[in-house]
Amino acid sequence: MEAKSVISKLPYSKPFLFVDAIEKLDDNGIAGYYTFHKDEYFYEGHFKDNPITPGVILTECMAQIGLVCFGIHLLKDELDKGINIAMSSTEIDFLKPVFPEEKVKVISQKIYFRFNKLKCKVKMLNSQGEVVCNGTISGMLILKGS
Amino acid sequence: MTSEEIYAKLQPIIATYLPEDVSADNINRDADLTQELNINSAHLVDVVLDVEDAFDIELSNNDLETLRTVNDAIAIVEKKVKK
Repeated sequence: MEAKSVISKLPYSKPFLFVDAIEKLDDNGIAGYYTFHKDEYFYEGHFKDNPITPGVILTECMAQIGLVCFGIHLLKDELDKGINIAMSSTEIDFLKPVFPEEKVKVISQKIYFRFNKLKCKVKMLNSQGEVVCNGTISGMLILKGS
Repeated sequence: MTSEEIYAKLQPIIATYLPEDVSADNINRDADLTQELNINSAHLVDVVLDVEDAFDIELSNNDLETLRTVNDAIAIVEKKVKK
């Protein structure tokens, strides 16, 4: 129930929304899914005749699920006016490629959320359960009008 | 703890989060952390968290709102350490 309302509050839309579903959500962390469809716009050029999901897109997917969806949950009732968000730092290791039509799972755990800054330990798994990338991501979540 | 001692402990913390084009020589008690030293809002939070650890204190949202200059930081720490 809450998962759907969180996704509806995301400030993204196609072709830059990388969240399909949220599986688990509490005050310590989140887990969610996204499937990279073969017609995503970036496969046309990354790479020529050899489509592989760009690392920046994997990072974006991890940030949208692991920080923004999670942050919307953490801010709950204060959210009526919406939020301004900004990624502030990332440190990610990329371990395996993600190909078109792969479904990935993002798992994020809170390191801290203080003074509007959310820092999380985030990892992405493929459908075999292998870690494709992991690291830490931080961002600022500032309520509009504050 | 004197304000001089606090200042000495603050300097290396602030220096860690300075952008590459700002030298640690620019740190002085009157320096504005975000406007003059160019520390962005995300790194300002890192400064605050490191200050909390270094002095074993906890800052509130109100404290953060009063934090502009290095002197403000010294005053906040002085007030909290005394308690």
